[in-house]
Amino acid sequence: MIPLGHYLIVSAILFAIGTAGVFLRKNLITILLSIEIMLNAVNLTFVAFGRAQGNVDGQIITFFVMTVAAAEAAVGLAIVIGLFRHRESLNPDAFTSLKW
Amino acid sequence: MPETLLFYLFSGIAIVASALVIGQRNPMYSIMLLITSFGALSALYIQLDAPFVAMAQIIVYAGAIMVLFLFVVMLLNAPQEDGAEWDRAHPLRRPGVSRLGALLAGLLIVQLVWALMRATDASTAVNASGDVAAISSVRSVGRVLFTNYVFAFEATSILILVAMVGAVVLAARESGR
Repeated sequence: MIPLGHYLIVSAILFAIGTAGVFLRKNLITILLSIEIMLNAVNLTFVAFGRAQGNVDGQIITFFVMTVAAAEAAVGLAIVIGLFRHRESLNPDAFTSLKW
Repeated sequence: MPETLLFYLFSGIAIVASALVIGQRNPMYSIMLLITSFGALSALYIQLDAPFVAMAQIIVYAGAIMVLFLFVVMLLNAPQEDGAEWDRAHPLRRPGVSRLGALLAGLLIVQLVWALMRATDASTAVNASGDVAAISSVRSVGRVLFTNYVFAFEATSILILVAMVGAVVLAARESGR
Protein backbone atom coordinates (compact mmCIF):
# COMPACT_ATOMS: atom_id res chain seq x y z
CA MET A 1 0.00 0.00 0.00
CA ILE A 2 1.33 3.40 -0.96
CA PRO A 3 1.21 6.02 1.79
CA LEU A 4 -0.51 9.32 1.19
CA GLY A 5 2.74 11.14 1.90
CA HIS A 6 4.44 9.64 -1.15
CA TYR A 7 1.86 11.16 -3.48
CA LEU A 8 2.25 14.48 -1.71
CA ILE A 9 6.04 14.34 -2.06
CA VAL A 10 5.76 13.62 -5.80
CA SER A 11 3.38 16.55 -6.06
CA ALA A 12 5.75 18.79 -4.10
CA ILE A 13 8.67 17.89 -6.38
CA LEU A 14 6.59 18.59 -9.48
CA PHE A 15 5.48 21.93 -8.05
CA ALA A 16 9.07 22.92 -7.29
CA ILE A 17 10.10 21.95 -10.83
CA GLY A 18 7.38 24.21 -12.18
CA THR A 19 8.50 27.04 -9.91
CA ALA A 20 12.08 26.60 -11.07
CA GLY A 21 10.90 26.77 -14.68
CA VAL A 22 9.13 30.07 -14.09
CA PHE A 23 12.25 31.49 -12.44
CA LEU A 24 14.90 30.12 -14.77
CA ARG A 25 13.50 30.13 -18.28
CA LYS A 26 13.47 33.13 -20.58
CA ASN A 27 10.82 31.91 -23.00
CA LEU A 28 7.18 32.88 -22.54
CA ILE A 29 5.94 29.54 -23.91
CA THR A 30 8.12 27.54 -21.51
CA ILE A 31 6.99 29.72 -18.62
CA LEU A 32 3.36 28.93 -19.46
CA LEU A 33 4.27 25.22 -19.63
CA SER A 34 5.86 25.50 -16.18
CA ILE A 35 2.61 26.96 -14.86
CA GLU A 36 0.81 23.92 -16.30
CA ILE A 37 3.26 21.67 -14.41
CA MET A 38 2.40 23.48 -11.18
CA LEU A 39 -1.34 23.17 -11.80
CA ASN A 40 -0.92 19.43 -12.42
CA ALA A 41 1.05 19.02 -9.21
CA VAL A 42 -1.83 20.61 -7.31
CA ASN A 43 -4.29 18.35 -9.15
CA LEU A 44 -2.37 15.31 -7.94
CA THR A 45 -2.58 16.62 -4.38
CA PHE A 46 -6.33 17.11 -4.67
CA VAL A 47 -6.96 13.63 -6.03
CA ALA A 48 -4.68 11.99 -3.45
CA PHE A 49 -6.35 13.81 -0.55
CA GLY A 50 -9.80 13.04 -1.93
CA ARG A 51 -8.92 9.36 -2.18
CA ALA A 52 -7.50 9.35 1.34
CA GLN A 53 -10.69 10.97 2.64
CA GLY A 54 -12.80 8.49 0.71
CA ASN A 55 -14.95 10.96 -1.27
CA VAL A 56 -15.10 12.37 -4.79
CA ASP A 57 -14.70 16.06 -3.93
CA GLY A 58 -11.01 16.01 -4.77
CA GLN A 59 -11.74 14.77 -8.27
CA ILE A 60 -14.35 17.48 -8.80
CA ILE A 61 -11.99 20.28 -7.78
CA THR A 62 -9.56 18.80 -10.29
CA PHE A 63 -12.09 19.41 -13.07
CA PHE A 64 -12.37 23.05 -12.05
CA VAL A 65 -8.57 23.36 -12.03
CA MET A 66 -8.50 21.88 -15.55
CA THR A 67 -11.11 24.40 -16.70
CA VAL A 68 -9.14 27.30 -15.27
CA ALA A 69 -5.97 25.91 -16.87
CA ALA A 70 -7.66 25.78 -20.25
CA ALA A 71 -8.86 29.38 -19.91
CA GLU A 72 -5.43 30.48 -18.72
CA ALA A 73 -3.70 28.74 -21.63
CA ALA A 74 -6.06 30.28 -24.19
CA VAL A 75 -5.75 33.85 -22.88
CA GLY A 76 -2.04 33.52 -22.11
CA LEU A 77 -1.21 32.22 -25.56
CA ALA A 78 -3.28 34.97 -27.16
CA ILE A 79 -1.26 37.52 -25.19
CA VAL A 80 1.96 35.79 -26.26
CA ILE A 81 0.89 36.01 -29.91
CA GLY A 82 0.09 39.70 -29.50
CA LEU A 83 3.45 40.38 -27.84
CA PHE A 84 5.33 38.42 -30.49
CA ARG A 85 3.73 40.54 -33.23
CA HIS A 86 5.14 43.69 -31.66
CA ARG A 87 8.68 42.59 -30.83
CA GLU A 88 9.39 39.37 -32.77
CA SER A 89 10.68 37.88 -29.53
CA LEU A 90 9.48 35.53 -26.83
CA ASN A 91 11.92 36.79 -24.22
CA PRO A 92 10.07 38.44 -21.31
CA ASP A 93 12.99 40.84 -20.86
CA ALA A 94 12.20 42.28 -24.31
CA PHE A 95 8.93 43.70 -23.00
CA THR A 96 10.11 46.32 -20.56
CA SER A 97 8.24 49.37 -21.86
CA LEU A 98 4.60 50.01 -21.13
CA LYS A 99 3.99 51.76 -24.45
CA TRP A 100 5.50 51.47 -27.92
CA MET B 1 4.58 -5.63 -4.95
CA PRO B 2 3.53 -4.51 -8.44
CA GLU B 3 1.37 -1.64 -7.19
CA THR B 4 4.26 0.06 -5.42
CA LEU B 5 6.55 -0.62 -8.35
CA LEU B 6 4.09 1.01 -10.77
CA PHE B 7 3.75 4.01 -8.49
CA TYR B 8 7.49 4.59 -8.43
CA LEU B 9 7.78 3.96 -12.18
CA PHE B 10 5.09 6.47 -13.16
CA SER B 11 6.03 9.10 -10.60
CA GLY B 12 9.63 8.79 -11.78
CA ILE B 13 8.53 9.28 -15.39
CA ALA B 14 6.44 12.30 -14.39
CA ILE B 15 9.27 13.94 -12.44
CA VAL B 16 12.01 13.25 -15.00
CA ALA B 17 9.84 14.40 -17.92
CA SER B 18 8.86 17.58 -16.06
CA ALA B 19 12.49 18.31 -15.25
CA LEU B 20 13.41 17.83 -18.90
CA VAL B 21 10.61 20.22 -19.92
CA ILE B 22 12.55 22.96 -18.16
CA GLY B 23 15.88 21.82 -19.58
CA GLN B 24 14.94 21.93 -23.27
CA ARG B 25 15.79 24.96 -25.35
CA ASN B 26 13.29 24.08 -28.07
CA PRO B 27 9.70 24.60 -26.85
CA MET B 28 8.48 21.87 -29.23
CA TYR B 29 10.43 19.23 -27.28
CA SER B 30 9.20 20.76 -24.03
CA ILE B 31 5.59 20.27 -25.09
CA MET B 32 6.18 16.65 -26.13
CA LEU B 33 7.87 15.90 -22.80
CA LEU B 34 5.03 17.59 -20.93
CA ILE B 35 2.56 15.30 -22.72
CA THR B 36 4.67 12.36 -21.50
CA SER B 37 4.48 13.74 -17.98
CA PHE B 38 0.70 14.08 -18.25
CA GLY B 39 0.41 10.47 -19.38
CA ALA B 40 2.36 9.30 -16.33
CA LEU B 41 0.20 11.50 -14.10
CA SER B 42 -2.96 9.97 -15.52
CA ALA B 43 -1.56 6.53 -14.63
CA LEU B 44 -1.16 7.82 -11.07
CA TYR B 45 -4.80 8.98 -11.14
CA ILE B 46 -5.88 5.49 -12.16
CA GLN B 47 -3.96 4.12 -9.18
CA LEU B 48 -5.86 6.60 -7.02
CA ASP B 49 -9.20 5.14 -8.22
CA ALA B 50 -10.00 8.20 -10.32
CA PRO B 51 -10.31 6.84 -13.88
CA PHE B 52 -12.52 9.70 -15.06
CA VAL B 53 -9.95 12.28 -14.00
CA ALA B 54 -7.28 10.21 -15.74
CA MET B 55 -9.22 10.20 -19.02
CA ALA B 56 -10.01 13.91 -18.72
CA GLN B 57 -6.31 14.51 -18.13
CA ILE B 58 -5.44 12.74 -21.37
CA ILE B 59 -8.26 14.21 -23.45
CA VAL B 60 -8.37 17.77 -22.12
CA TYR B 61 -4.75 18.39 -21.15
CA ALA B 62 -2.74 16.30 -23.59
CA GLY B 63 -5.33 16.44 -26.34
CA ALA B 64 -6.58 20.02 -26.23
CA ILE B 65 -4.38 22.35 -24.20
CA MET B 66 -1.05 20.94 -25.36
CA VAL B 67 -2.21 20.95 -28.98
CA LEU B 68 -3.08 24.61 -28.51
CA PHE B 69 0.49 25.19 -27.28
CA LEU B 70 1.84 23.25 -30.26
CA PHE B 71 -0.19 25.37 -32.67
CA VAL B 72 1.12 28.58 -31.13
CA VAL B 73 4.74 27.36 -31.21
CA MET B 74 4.41 26.41 -34.86
CA LEU B 75 2.57 29.65 -35.64
CA LEU B 76 5.21 31.86 -34.06
CA ASN B 77 8.06 29.84 -35.57
CA ALA B 78 10.57 30.94 -32.93
CA PRO B 79 12.11 27.65 -31.85
CA GLN B 80 15.17 28.91 -29.98
CA GLU B 81 15.53 31.30 -27.12
CA ASP B 82 17.28 34.33 -28.53
CA GLY B 83 20.13 36.05 -26.77
CA ALA B 84 19.71 39.62 -27.95
CA GLU B 85 21.75 42.57 -26.71
CA TRP B 86 19.17 43.70 -24.14
CA ASP B 87 19.22 40.10 -22.96
CA ARG B 88 22.89 40.01 -22.06
CA ALA B 89 22.97 43.58 -20.79
CA HIS B 90 20.05 43.04 -18.42
CA PRO B 91 21.16 42.78 -14.78
CA LEU B 92 18.77 39.91 -14.13
CA ARG B 93 20.43 37.88 -16.88
CA ARG B 94 23.65 37.40 -14.96
CA PRO B 95 24.22 33.71 -14.15
CA GLY B 96 24.17 34.34 -10.41
CA VAL B 97 20.49 35.27 -10.53
CA SER B 98 19.57 32.05 -12.32
CA ARG B 99 21.60 30.07 -9.80
CA LEU B 100 19.73 31.83 -7.00
CA GLY B 101 16.42 30.85 -8.61
CA ALA B 102 17.52 27.21 -8.91
CA LEU B 103 18.69 27.28 -5.30
CA LEU B 104 15.32 28.65 -4.17
CA ALA B 105 13.51 25.90 -6.07
CA GLY B 106 15.75 23.27 -4.46
CA LEU B 107 15.03 24.81 -1.06
CA LEU B 108 11.31 24.61 -1.85
CA ILE B 109 11.62 20.85 -2.45
CA VAL B 110 13.58 20.38 0.80
CA GLN B 111 11.10 22.46 2.77
CA LEU B 112 8.00 20.71 1.40
CA VAL B 113 9.45 17.21 1.82
CA TRP B 114 10.57 18.05 5.36
CA ALA B 115 7.11 19.36 6.23
CA LEU B 116 5.44 16.32 4.71
CA MET B 117 7.74 13.96 6.60
CA ARG B 118 6.63 15.56 9.85
CA ALA B 119 2.92 15.26 9.08
CA THR B 120 1.34 12.72 11.36
CA ASP B 121 -1.16 11.01 9.07
CA ALA B 122 0.96 11.08 5.92
CA SER B 123 2.07 7.49 6.47
CA THR B 124 -1.42 5.99 6.32
CA ALA B 125 -2.20 4.12 3.12
CA VAL B 126 -3.94 6.34 0.60
CA ASN B 127 -6.61 3.78 -0.31
CA ALA B 128 -7.31 2.61 3.22
CA SER B 129 -10.74 4.20 3.58
CA GLY B 130 -13.80 4.65 1.41
CA ASP B 131 -15.78 2.53 -1.01
CA VAL B 132 -13.72 2.02 -4.17
CA ALA B 133 -16.77 1.40 -6.38
CA ALA B 134 -18.41 4.64 -5.21
CA ILE B 135 -15.28 6.76 -5.58
CA SER B 136 -14.21 5.52 -8.99
CA SER B 137 -17.60 5.56 -10.71
CA VAL B 138 -18.45 8.38 -13.08
CA ARG B 139 -22.01 8.22 -11.79
CA SER B 140 -21.12 9.34 -8.27
CA VAL B 141 -18.74 12.01 -9.58
CA GLY B 142 -21.48 13.43 -11.80
CA ARG B 143 -24.04 13.28 -9.02
CA VAL B 144 -21.90 15.35 -6.67
CA LEU B 145 -20.80 17.68 -9.47
CA PHE B 146 -24.36 18.56 -10.48
CA THR B 147 -25.76 18.86 -6.94
CA ASN B 148 -23.21 20.22 -4.47
CA TYR B 149 -21.02 22.00 -7.01
CA VAL B 150 -23.59 23.11 -9.57
CA PHE B 151 -23.02 26.82 -8.95
CA ALA B 152 -19.27 26.47 -9.43
CA PHE B 153 -19.92 24.41 -12.55
CA GLU B 154 -22.08 27.15 -14.06
CA ALA B 155 -19.52 29.77 -13.04
CA THR B 156 -16.82 27.89 -14.94
CA SER B 157 -18.99 27.97 -18.05
CA ILE B 158 -19.03 31.77 -17.84
CA LEU B 159 -15.26 31.71 -17.25
CA ILE B 160 -14.75 29.66 -20.40
CA LEU B 161 -16.96 32.04 -22.39
CA VAL B 162 -15.03 35.08 -21.14
CA ALA B 163 -11.70 33.37 -21.90
CA MET B 164 -12.87 32.51 -25.40
CA VAL B 165 -13.98 36.06 -26.16
CA GLY B 166 -10.80 37.43 -24.61
CA ALA B 167 -8.57 35.13 -26.64
CA VAL B 168 -10.34 36.08 -29.87
CA VAL B 169 -10.09 39.81 -29.09
CA LEU B 170 -6.43 39.58 -28.06
CA ALA B 171 -5.26 37.42 -30.94
CA ALA B 172 -7.23 39.18 -33.69
CA ARG B 173 -5.29 41.40 -36.02
CA GLU B 174 -5.93 45.10 -35.59
CA SER B 175 -7.36 45.68 -39.05
CA GLY B 176 -9.49 48.68 -38.14
CA ARG B 177 -6.53 50.98 -37.51
